[in-house]
Amino acid sequence: MCLGIPGKIIAITDAARLMAMAEVSGVRREVNVACVAGNDLEALVGAWTLIHVGFAMSLIDEDEAARTLEALRDLGEAQEALDQMAAADEALA
Amino acid sequence: MTAPVLKFASEFRDPAAAKVLLAAIARKADEIGATRAKPVHIMEICGGHTHSIFRYGLDKLIHDGVEFIHGPGCPVCVLPMARVDECVEIAETPGVIFTTFGDAMRVPGHRKSLIQAKSAGADIRMVYSPLDALELARRNPGREVVFFGLGFETTTPSTALSIQAAARERLTNFSVFCNHITVPEPIKALLDDPDMRLDGFIGPGHVSMVIGIHPYDFIAADYGKPIVVAGFEPTDLLQSVLMVLTQIAEGRAAVENQYGRVVPEHGNPVSLAAIADVYERRPSFEWRGLGEIDASGLRIRPKYAAFDAEEKFGIGYATGRRNVPELEGCACGSVMIGKLKPTQCPQFGKGCVPEMPLGALMVSSEGACAAYWQYAGAREAAE
Ligand code: SF4
Repeated sequence: MCLGIPGKIIAITDAARLMAMAEVSGVRREVNVACVAGNDLEALVGAWTLIHVGFAMSLIDEDEAARTLEALRDLGEAQEALDQMAAADEALA
Repeated sequence: MTAPVLKFASEFRDPAAAKVLLAAIARKADEIGATRAKPVHIMEICGGHTHSIFRYGLDKLIHDGVEFIHGPGCPVCVLPMARVDECVEIAETPGVIFTTFGDAMRVPGHRKSLIQAKSAGADIRMVYSPLDALELARRNPGREVVFFGLGFETTTPSTALSIQAAARERLTNFSVFCNHITVPEPIKALLDDPDMRLDGFIGPGHVSMVIGIHPYDFIAADYGKPIVVAGFEPTDLLQSVLMVLTQIAEGRAAVENQYGRVVPEHGNPVSLAAIADVYERRPSFEWRGLGEIDASGLRIRPKYAAFDAEEKFGIGYATGRRNVPELEGCACGSVMIGKLKPTQCPQFGKGCVPEMPLGALMVSSEGACAAYWQYAGAREAAE
């Protein structure tokens, strides 16, 4: 819950609500980008972010994203985050 | 859960860097005169750091004169039992959909945990984000959707922004049961405890990503202790330990940032603004193992009362039904503040295992007891 997971912003889905589609370890998940938005929302497309409980909290570079993901895999936290996303899909169904 | 594969230094992503850091730490520790009998006590505050330390066996690899004290930085572990009871009470109210992070499902309450309440029929759903709870509220206008807001400053912005969104959309069936807590206040409580002997701190990186590094200034300025804000990779942790030891060796105490690649000095302005808009400090908040700590918890401001589950359900701090005693026979309180090792608890591995936790420290991988059980126990068995 506290460690977050890196994800790449691939599209802005709802500019008014500051929502974007992120790709996290091959899984797509809509996230809120309010905390990293700045003035130009479209500029976020292609950026790597650290995502905590559905919110992009920090911009990171690609290298940092790769290293962080590897560390999270070691800790079992990457899978945990992906499982939680899957559980949420189920809760909404 | 299957037994984890043990990882030692040879399996570090960057074993050469780890080796260099471990050698530098050993030199500094010798320089300070730290020994197994007279160790330097460094508290890692964050449960993610505790997990990482055990995962990589850093406590065993590091010089004998450096002892990690595991701090109260696992939000699930410090949740008082009374709050779990209140969650169950809300969840059992007819018409409610209670949503929570999975981590909180197995935390024991007096009557039952959330997972037990769920199997008894309450509509409790595990979500990944408060945004999922918002979406449930949009899709189920006839039901009250309650989100269990839990965590330190890292997750606080997410519930603040969700409440702001609910207000903008004028949702009337969404509320948050707020249990957000803050990091600096319990550190102050620990520093004020005459029984604690702490020589320095490893600060939680992702909390500082939100609040910056200056909320820790008092640790250096008023208490003369070093604190280094750190990332959670093993080399981050080792480098941070080295930075703490260097300060001690040089007779300095400062707030330093090892995790500058993610942590801005002044935090994240959007997050801080959302927190300030939605939340205010409670006069005090109860922590499992630590008791009431002044100004350590947040509550929803009156202007957002329509989204406050405590108001909607008439429970929580306002009602005065407080001070439910913790379980007897467990040492959670002493382990929580680093006074006892998990193995010194009479329940460790007997009445209390991750599958059937008695105390909250056994529930989440960030809890010291669960981390100890998962890695150190297996390691000792393998030796
Ligand atoms: S072993 Fe269980 S009861 Fe004992 S301190 Fe740890 S969590 Fe608490």
